[in-house]
Amino acid sequence: MTAVNREVLPSTVVKDDEPKLVAAAKAGDPAAFTELVQRYERKIYRLALNITQNREDAEDAMQDAFLKSYAHLGEFLGDSRFYTWLVRIAVNEALMKLRRRRPNLTSIDEPVQGEEEDFMPREIEDWGPSPEQKYAQTELAAILSSVIEKLEEEYRIVFVLRDIEELSTEETAQLLGLSIPAVKSRLLRARLKLREKLNRYFGGSVPN
Amino acid sequence: MNCRGVIRELSNFLDGDLDPDVRAELERHLEHCDDCRLVVDTTRKTVQLFCHSDPVALPEDVRDRLHKVLEQKMARK
Repeated sequence: MTAVNREVLPSTVVKDDEPKLVAAAKAGDPAAFTELVQRYERKIYRLALNITQNREDAEDAMQDAFLKSYAHLGEFLGDSRFYTWLVRIAVNEALMKLRRRRPNLTSIDEPVQGEEEDFMPREIEDWGPSPEQKYAQTELAAILSSVIEKLEEEYRIVFVLRDIEELSTEETAQLLGLSIPAVKSRLLRARLKLREKLNRYFGGSVPN
Repeated sequence: MNCRGVIRELSNFLDGDLDPDVRAELERHLEHCDDCRLVVDTTRKTVQLFCHSDPVALPEDVRDRLHKVLEQKMARK
């Protein structure tokens, strides 16, 4: 009998000296705002790229998000982390770019057909103790980005916000105009679909 | 709880978001169902791989353009 792994997924969000920097930026210190930008530019670019799946749109969304956050800094009340506030702005900018480029796309806040149906995994294999050791870091990054790129939008965006950006279910629901059960259902589906796609790399048989 | 029930509660289980009774029931199932245990473990690993992945490098030209527009904006304020 194998032991059951009871590990709960931990948060990787780290608290820091952010409030001081935000206060200085609000008081008009450009160096403090530049420091905040430098701290989060890669993460905001990744977020925008994960949502839009288009480099040009990701760059525009990132620029607009930082410009807007600078213009509206006075409205940030400090009741959440600055980064969470910034993520909200960036998600809205990225979603706008996505909708502009693909106007015929089903709205993200519409129910997905079959959402309530059960989704049973088909491919079940052991990945071994450390699947990431099978691949070099750059190869692994390429695998992760290729599998997430192929995930349907309605699942991808929920997964990005919940599992990569670590927003709460409530925050994700509010940002996307979805109900909490819809966020939970899409997150489950997203995780299972990504698991199945990764299974082809980390399971016994390696794809060509 | 059967396999279908485990899959239905999988996300809540991984997020530590289950009532203790349901959690205990799910864990009892995992103790004797290899397939469900593998699905739970590999799904947890999937989330960890994405969550811990480094952000992509910001291309130098993209970064330069960002800082240029920000400098212009800050100079105007």
